Amino acid sequence: MDFDASTMTALWGAVILSGAYHGVNPGMGWPLAVSAGLMEARHRAMAKAIAALAAGHLLAMLAILLPFSMMTALIDWQTELRVGAGLLVIAMGVYLLINRRHPRFLARIPPSRLVLWSFLAAMAHGAGLMLVPIYLGICGIDIAEGNHEAARELMGQNLASAFMVALVHTAAMTAAGGVIAVAIYAYLGLKFLSRTWFNLDIAWASSLILVGAFGIYSAVQGH
Amino acid sequence: MTLRPDPTFHATAQLAMQAPAENYGFTVMLSPDGSQPDGIAVIDLNPKSAKYGTIVHQLLMPNKGDEFHHFGWNACSSSLSPLSGHAFLERRYLIVPGIRSSRIYVIDTKDPLDLKIHKIIEPEEVFAKTGYSRPHTIHCGPEGIYVSTLGGGGADGTDGPPGIFIMDCETFEIIGQYEMDRGKQDKHYDFWWNLPQDYMVSSEWGLPPQFENGLVAEDLLSNKYGHSIHFWDLRKRKNIQTMDFGENYQMALEIRPAHDPKKSYGFCGIVVDTSNLQGAVFTWWRGEDGSWQSKKTITIDPRPEKPENLPPLLQGFEAVPPLVTDIDLSLDDRYLYVACWGLGEMRQYDVSDPMNPVLTGTVELGGIGRGTKHPGGGDFAFGPQMVEISRDGKRVYWTNSLYSTWDSQFYPGEEGGQMVMAHVGEDGGLTLDKDFHVDFPKGHRAHQIRLEGGDCSTDSFCYPNV
Repeated sequence: MDFDASTMTALWGAVILSGAYHGVNPGMGWPLAVSAGLMEARHRAMAKAIAALAAGHLLAMLAILLPFSMMTALIDWQTELRVGAGLLVIAMGVYLLINRRHPRFLARIPPSRLVLWSFLAAMAHGAGLMLVPIYLGICGIDIAEGNHEAARELMGQNLASAFMVALVHTAAMTAAGGVIAVAIYAYLGLKFLSRTWFNLDIAWASSLILVGAFGIYSAVQGH
Repeated sequence: MTLRPDPTFHATAQLAMQAPAENYGFTVMLSPDGSQPDGIAVIDLNPKSAKYGTIVHQLLMPNKGDEFHHFGWNACSSSLSPLSGHAFLERRYLIVPGIRSSRIYVIDTKDPLDLKIHKIIEPEEVFAKTGYSRPHTIHCGPEGIYVSTLGGGGADGTDGPPGIFIMDCETFEIIGQYEMDRGKQDKHYDFWWNLPQDYMVSSEWGLPPQFENGLVAEDLLSNKYGHSIHFWDLRKRKNIQTMDFGENYQMALEIRPAHDPKKSYGFCGIVVDTSNLQGAVFTWWRGEDGSWQSKKTITIDPRPEKPENLPPLLQGFEAVPPLVTDIDLSLDDRYLYVACWGLGEMRQYDVSDPMNPVLTGTVELGGIGRGTKHPGGGDFAFGPQMVEISRDGKRVYWTNSLYSTWDSQFYPGEEGGQMVMAHVGEDGGLTLDKDFHVDFPKGHRAHQIRLEGGDCSTDSFCYPNV
C-alpha cells in the first residue's frame, strides 16, 4: 500500500535523523574524538576514537533493540507492547527532565576505554530507547503486511531489522559527530568547541517524551 | 545549570591566555590569633578603575579561628572535559576551607562587590563523612570538587592518614573519600593532575602536630616532614608510584604540572634541604617505560647572616635559608615563579626546557635580616609567599604570610598583610609595580590569591595547545 510505503520511508528517515541528532550531541562523544586526535597529534588517533565511539553506540542500540525484537514475536500483544514501550520511553524522558544533575559516573571511565564510555553514555541518556517506538513502528508494518507468516519467520525478520535500524542509526550518528569533530580538529579550532557546545538536556528529554508519545499514538491508531 | 558553557572555561591553556584580563582578585584575609573572623578581600585589578589596587569589598565570616589558607573555584575549564560531556556549570562559587577549624565556606561571587555566604559545611560533617580534617587545596575535576586535607581523624588529626575527599559540584554535599588504594601515602599537602592522561600527583607537608603550634625544629632536623610525592591513577583512585626525593628534602609542597595536557612533566618545590639549607625545585616526568622519574633542577643557596639579625630558630645556623614555600607556572608553561619566603625574593625561571631552568628575573622584597622595602615606599612584612600569575602571564601577584604560627617564628615581631604585583618583561624579567601595594586592614594577614575568571593554579585543561 502507498500509505505503508510512505510511513516506512518516514520511519527510516526518523532512524537516520535520530542518528544525526545523537551525533551532534557532545554528550555522545564527539569532543572525545577531537581530544584523542589532538593528544596524539595524528588523524589516525581521531579516526580510531570515532570508530570506538561508534562501536559503543551500536552496542547500546542493540542492547535495547534486541530484547524488544524478541518480544515482537508475541503478535497478539503488539498494541500492549508498543504502548508499554512508549510509556517506558516517556518515563525516561521525564526522569531526565527532572534529574538534570551534572553526570559523575561517566567521568570515572578512563579516557582509554572509549567503547565502554560510549556504550554507557548512550545507555544513561536513553539513546537506545529513543529508537524503540520507531523500530516497533517498522516491525508493525511488517506484521500488517505479512500477518499470515509463521511466528518464527517473523521473529527472524524483526531481528534483522533491529540490526538494520541500529546500524543505520549509528552510521548517521557517526557521520554527524565525525563531521563536527573533523571540522573543529582540522578547520575551526578549539575556540569553537565551547562555542558549539549547547545544553541539550531539556531538548533531549523532550525528544524522548515526544517519541514515546508518538509510539503510543501510532500503536493505538493501528500503526 | 546554564545553556552554554561559562565563558571563562577554555578548551586549552592557549585560549585562556587570550581571554580578557582579570578585573578583580580575591585574597584570603587571615586573623593570625583568631581574635577576628577570617574573610575574603576583593581587590580591584582593573588599571582603568579609580579604585585600582585597593580593597573594594570584604566579606568576613560568622566564626573566628578558621585559619583560611588556600581556596578554589567550584568549576573551571575542566568542565569542558569530553568525558563528562556536560559543560554547563558556572565559575561562581569559591570553596574556602578553614585549616584550623575544618569548616568549609561556599561563597557566591556572582557580584564580586557583594560576596555572599552560600553554604557552610560544619567541621563535624567533614569528620563524619570523610574521616579527614583540616581541608586545604581545592581543585575542580571529573567527579566534582576535590579537596585535599592535612589531617586524619581524632583531635590532633593523627588518627589515620590525611587524604582527598570529593564534594558535589552543584549541591556542595560531601560525597566521601577519594582514595581506593593509597599505598605508602601517609601525609598530604597539595595535588594536581593531567586529566586526559589520567594521572594525579600529590605532595606532603607534615602531620598537624608538626605545624599547628609552629614548626617543630627537632622534627625538621631529624627529617620527619614529608619528602615524597605520589603518582596516582586518577580514575582508578590508586597510588601507582611513590617517589622519595630523599629524606633531607623536607616539605615537598606545591605540585605544578605543565598546563598543556600533552606534556607529561611538572615541578615540585622543596622548602628546605636540611643537609645544606638550600631551597630546591624538582622536575618530575614520565619516562619511556611509563614509570615516573625526577631530577633536582633548581637549587637556591642560603645567605650567610650575623646571628643578631636572625630569629632564635636560625641563630645557630648563621644563615638565612631561602625557604621555597610556593611555586607557580605560567599558562604557556614558560616561566616558573619561585617564592623564597626566607630570603625575601621572588624568582622567575625560564623553564621552556624543564630539565634546565634558567634564572631570568629576581625581585627582592622583605626577607629575614634584610626587610627590603617596596619601591613605592610601603612596608612588606615577612617575605614573598603565595604567588599567582595572570592568565596572560604579564602580571604576577603575591602576598606575604606563610602560616600564622610560622610567620611569628621566622619573623618575630613583624605584622601585616600585603599584596603586591610585578610586571613581566617581553623576554622575561620581573619588575615590581611601584604603585601597586595593597595594605590589608590591621589585624589581618594575606594568603592565597584567586583571580576572577581563573588563574594559573586553578584551571585544568582537557585539550592540548595547537
